Amino acid sequence: MTISKEKRNLALAGALIGIIAIVLVLLGNPKNMGFCIACFIRDIAGGLKLHTAAPVKYIRPEIIGLILGSFLISVVTKEFNARGGSSPMLRFCIGAMVMIGCLAFLGCPFRMVLRLSAGDLNALIGLLGFAAGIGVGSFFLSKGFSLGRTQRQAPLEGCAISVVNIILLILAIAVPTLFAVSESGPGSMHAAIGISLIAGLVVGVLAQRTRMCMAGGFRDLYLLKDGTLICGFIALFVFALIMNLITGNFKLGFTGQPVAHNAHIWNFLGMFVCGLGCCMLGGCPLRQLILAGEGNSDSAITVLGLLTGAAFSHNFGLAGAAGAVADGGGVKSAGKIAVIACIVILLCIACIKTFAKKKED
Amino acid sequence: MEIDCRGLSCPEPVIRTKRAIIGNPQSIDVLVDQVAPLENVQRFLKAMKYKVTVVELNGEWKISATK
Repeated sequence: MTISKEKRNLALAGALIGIIAIVLVLLGNPKNMGFCIACFIRDIAGGLKLHTAAPVKYIRPEIIGLILGSFLISVVTKEFNARGGSSPMLRFCIGAMVMIGCLAFLGCPFRMVLRLSAGDLNALIGLLGFAAGIGVGSFFLSKGFSLGRTQRQAPLEGCAISVVNIILLILAIAVPTLFAVSESGPGSMHAAIGISLIAGLVVGVLAQRTRMCMAGGFRDLYLLKDGTLICGFIALFVFALIMNLITGNFKLGFTGQPVAHNAHIWNFLGMFVCGLGCCMLGGCPLRQLILAGEGNSDSAITVLGLLTGAAFSHNFGLAGAAGAVADGGGVKSAGKIAVIACIVILLCIACIKTFAKKKED
Repeated sequence: MEIDCRGLSCPEPVIRTKRAIIGNPQSIDVLVDQVAPLENVQRFLKAMKYKVTVVELNGEWKISATK
C-alpha cells in the first residue's frame, strides 16, 4: 500500500516537474534546458567569474530555489538534519568529475531526460552511458563500497549553504552588476528571475518530499529490483514529451538539436562518468542540491565540487561544444583526455573504498 | 540480529539490510538516523514480506522486522 503511494507521489511530482521545465523554456530558458543542474551550476560559475566562457554566465535562480525550497520544506517538516563528515574531500573531487562528464555530454541526468523528451537521440546514447556507469557503480556498492559514516553537525554547518544562497540571491537582485551575464548564447536566455526562483522553489519542495533522484532510479532497479524511484524519471519523460509535442518542440534526430553535439562515444563516456560518480555519491546532481538544503554538508561540499568542476571544464576547454561534429561540435582533445582520466580516477577510488576498507567495519 | 546503519547514507543501509537477510532470519532490527534510509529500509523489508514496526528515539529510528 505504501509502495503504491510512494510511486504515485513520485509520478505526480515527475509529471509536474516535466511541465514546469517545458514552461520555463517557453518563458525564456534555452531549449531543452528548462532545468539542467549541470548547465545552471556552470552558468553560476560563469556569473561568479570563476570561468571565462562568454556564452554561459548567469546567476540561475533555479539552483538557488532548489536549495532553498528543500531547506524551507525540511525545516517545516522537521526533516532538516545537519550532518556531514563522510569523506568530504573525496566527494568534492567526485562532484567535480561528475560535472566534467556532464559538460562533455552537455547536460545533467535531468536535462538528459528533457533532451530525450524533445527527440534528441544523442541523449539516448547518453542514457546508455549513464545506465552503464550506474551499473558499474552498483557493482561496487553491492561489494561494500562506502564513503564512510556521517556525524551530526551543528545546525549552522547544515544551513550554511542555504545562507550562502540567500546572500547570493539578495546580491543578484540588489546589485546585479556585481555578476557577469552573457550577452549571447545559453547564458543570455532565461525566464524572469521571479519565475525561475519560484520554479526552483517548487521543484525543490517536490524533490525533497519525494526523494526524487535520476541516478537512484536505475541503481534501485539494479540492486533491489525496486522500481519506485524510476517512476519519477519515467513520469518526467512522458509529461515533458507530451508538452514538447503540444508546443511543437519535438524533433527526432541526432543533428540540429539545441545545445547538443553528436560525438557518440563522448556522449556515452561523459554520462558514464556522471552515472558512476553519482552512484558513488549516492545521488544525482539534483539530489545533491536537495540533500545540501536538508542540512547535509557533504552534499554541500559536493555542490561546490560541481561548481569547481564547471569552472575547470570551461577554463581548460574540457566541455563539449554544441553543434554537429562535422561543423566543429563535440569534445576536443583536452576534454577527451579529461573524461578518460575521470573514469580511471573514479574506478581507482571505487576499488580502494570497496576492497581496501573492509577493516573499518 | 541488529545492524547499525546510523550515519550511513542511501543506498548503503538498504544494501546492508539486504545482505543481512540473506539467511532469511525470522527477525531483524535496523538502526537508522536519516529519513531517506528510514523509508527505503522499510520499503525493502516490506517487499521481502517482513512485518515492520518503527520506534523513534532522539532523532534515531529502530526498524524492527519479523516474518
